[in-house]
Amino acid sequence: MHPFLLPFWSIKMQFWATVLLDGLTYASYLFIVSLGLTIIFGVMKILNVAHGSFYAWGAYTSAFAIGFITDNDLSEALFLPAILISAILVGVVLGYVIERFILRKMYNQDIHLIVLATFGVFLIFEDLIIITFGVDPYLPYQPAMMLGWVDIVGLNRGVYQLSLILLASIVAFVCWYGLTKTKWGKLLQSVIYDREISVAMGIDVTKVYVVTFIGGAILGALGGAYVAPTTSVSPGFAIDLVVLSFAVVVIGGMGSIPGALIGSLIVGILRAFAVHQAPILELFVVFAVMAIVLIIRPEGLFAPPKPRKI
Amino acid sequence: MSNDTVLKASDLNKSFSGIVAAKDINVSITQGEIVGIIGANGAGKTVFVNMITGYLKPTSGKIEFLGEDITGIEPRNATHIGLCRSFQISQVFMTMSVKQNLMIAMSLSKKSGKALLDPIADEEISKECDKILELYKIIDQSDNIVSTLSQGIRKLLDIAMAVVGNPKVILLDEPTSGVSVEEKFGIMDIVIAALKQTETSVLFVEHDMEIVERYVDRVIAFYQGEIICDAPPKEALSDKKVIEYVLGH
Amino acid sequence: MFTGIFKDTSVRILITFMIVLCILSSLVLPDWMQNNFMYGLSRGLAILGLMLLWRTNLVSFGHALYYGFGAYAVALCQKYFGITDILLRFAIAVIAAGLLGFCLGFILRKYREIFFAMLSLAFSMVLYGLLAKAEFLGSTDGMSISPSTLLGMELTRQYLFYLITFFVICAAISIQAYLRSTLGHLTTAIQDNEIRVEYLGYSVQKAIHIKYVMSACLAGGAGGLMAASLGQVDPDSMVNWNVSGELVFITIMSGWGNILAPFIGAIIFEFIRTYAFEWAPQAWAAIVGGTLLAIIFFFPGGIWSVIEKVFNYGKKKDVK
Repeated sequence: MHPFLLPFWSIKMQFWATVLLDGLTYASYLFIVSLGLTIIFGVMKILNVAHGSFYAWGAYTSAFAIGFITDNDLSEALFLPAILISAILVGVVLGYVIERFILRKMYNQDIHLIVLATFGVFLIFEDLIIITFGVDPYLPYQPAMMLGWVDIVGLNRGVYQLSLILLASIVAFVCWYGLTKTKWGKLLQSVIYDREISVAMGIDVTKVYVVTFIGGAILGALGGAYVAPTTSVSPGFAIDLVVLSFAVVVIGGMGSIPGALIGSLIVGILRAFAVHQAPILELFVVFAVMAIVLIIRPEGLFAPPKPRKI
Repeated sequence: MSNDTVLKASDLNKSFSGIVAAKDINVSITQGEIVGIIGANGAGKTVFVNMITGYLKPTSGKIEFLGEDITGIEPRNATHIGLCRSFQISQVFMTMSVKQNLMIAMSLSKKSGKALLDPIADEEISKECDKILELYKIIDQSDNIVSTLSQGIRKLLDIAMAVVGNPKVILLDEPTSGVSVEEKFGIMDIVIAALKQTETSVLFVEHDMEIVERYVDRVIAFYQGEIICDAPPKEALSDKKVIEYVLGH
Repeated sequence: MFTGIFKDTSVRILITFMIVLCILSSLVLPDWMQNNFMYGLSRGLAILGLMLLWRTNLVSFGHALYYGFGAYAVALCQKYFGITDILLRFAIAVIAAGLLGFCLGFILRKYREIFFAMLSLAFSMVLYGLLAKAEFLGSTDGMSISPSTLLGMELTRQYLFYLITFFVICAAISIQAYLRSTLGHLTTAIQDNEIRVEYLGYSVQKAIHIKYVMSACLAGGAGGLMAASLGQVDPDSMVNWNVSGELVFITIMSGWGNILAPFIGAIIFEFIRTYAFEWAPQAWAAIVGGTLLAIIFFFPGGIWSVIEKVFNYGKKKDVK
């Protein structure tokens, strides 16, 4: 602790600093994953339960790659590319397969059935994990080990965990830039705003759907791939996360990208607060907020503007 | 036709964030009267009907039904006290048969509380439904699913469902809209004859002046949210203001 | 309300089937089969509740809330009040879940479609969050439940079986009576045209609320019976979101044309589960997922629609 800060620092501030730091870390991987989920909802109006599969598969693939690098004594510099490539690979392959073979056949069906279909897909891919990777947990701690620890405001945290915050910020920036400054981004915003008009304007909505779904899948996988070194990757890894990312998306506003950011921050910090102050409330508080938002403002805190239909 | 006032609207006003949709509306309907409401689109006819039947709450003013103040009433309560309406776009149960539609309407009007848990297949109610179906001349369509039937039949069903409780007043919102020209008069003949039998007061919103002339005792003309004329048809349809603002000559 | 209910074909088939089942189970059925029927019938109650909601186009993604609440009510009543009587247990489960459903119903009846689904999910996860972290409730290990008694006497597994069939018959008869009543017909009517229902004089929200409470009672009863049959309750197998998902899955698999459908579907589900665990234990989730997709794509009306076609059953409620 820097001597200059000592007189101003207290136990209380220490507590809040901890909550803020841990909260930001939680919020970071929640944001990366939820961003994908909310974009998919915004463009395709689908609540994708299978998003958990992207997360889980991203984590497993990344864990596997890290293990491979470690076992074969390859350069540590390969860790980051391995993680990123895992995410992209999983996003593209799983994303394409699911969109092409399941979702494309269901676009005009009842929204409940679509959600249930994605639930079915999620279950199948959960089992495929066991078949592919086995039931034993993976502990790909090497990248985290490599970056070491640091003292920050009196707390000892892994540098790798903190880099999650950096990653989330980069993702947020790229996303903001992409959506507002590029042609593709503007196309996407148009389709989110009003599908019918977009079709009428000649936008190839099917292509937009495929690209969106794969993009969202990559984000989901990235969350899992990057988080893997901080935890143990085992079957059922994604179950809690699926419903937490739903809470984030509902709180922030389904289909809203700033909403995903605010939602993740709210959920992340609430969780951190609960964990350090009243662990019994950890999950309760998140879902209570989700319920309250749904009751008071069902569209979420940052619902995307809806076009007036008449 | 007695002279008892069944429905009275006094100084009704309605504005939507600054836009005046209805201004100083005063209307009085006696039992058994048939009143036509005319006016260009957006003149305030539907707003008026919606206020009377509880779909909209007036910004100010009073509505009295059979002497009781019903301003701001909920639609379902209006139905219970005998003030019913039909819809411009027939609101019927598309996936059920004509008979089933009417059975539900009749059961809801005749029963309440625990009786609603009794089986809907009730001899008595079935007979009453048949009577109404005959009155409206759609008894042959009893078992047909509504989604397969023409707009005209749906209209008749829509109105039949509105009269199951033998209401004192019924508001028909553009009863012949969406109905083919050949069917229009046929339908109105059936409806007005049926309603005259029960001495029900009728207000109907209509654009077709031939229909208005033929069936009403009185015409009320709207323009820009206000009533510009309230008189028997011959007078009303030759009134200067009506000719200019409603008939568009 | 119940006049002539025993003349109803579906009710007669159900009662006959239950009697035959009871006879078979006391004479012939091996234990594992009897268990499957017990679990299937119990869970079938929850599915019946979900079917009621489905017919009004409402899908609850959080019905495990009532299922688990009923189960935990039984566990808590044993822990703190020493209650083991099966009749009391069932009553407690049904009433507790019903009260919760009554309270939450005030909020939920205002929502439709995806918001109804998400809000019900949120409520169920609120309970999950509490139970999973609550040390005094066993957190994720849950609580155990000692065997039930009946009016002070020991209750054998066989007699528990008989009682479950009895409860199922009572519930199914009540629901059938409801479905053929005016209020029950409002189910389909609301799905068809809410505005008209309001203008016919009945509050749509009230109708939905009543239906919601009924489905909560059924799910609670199911949870209570499962708790008694399994002897164990824990959040992950009774309250978590994937349990809700499983319940909805069985609802879709069963179909919703008749009160028999949920029980047939739930029983089939138990048997598939048994066989799946024997032949391909790692693939259980994939089998559920695959079946779910198959049903959505190829048999949207569920098993019941197949039965209808095969036997030309046609149990649409006529209002002649």
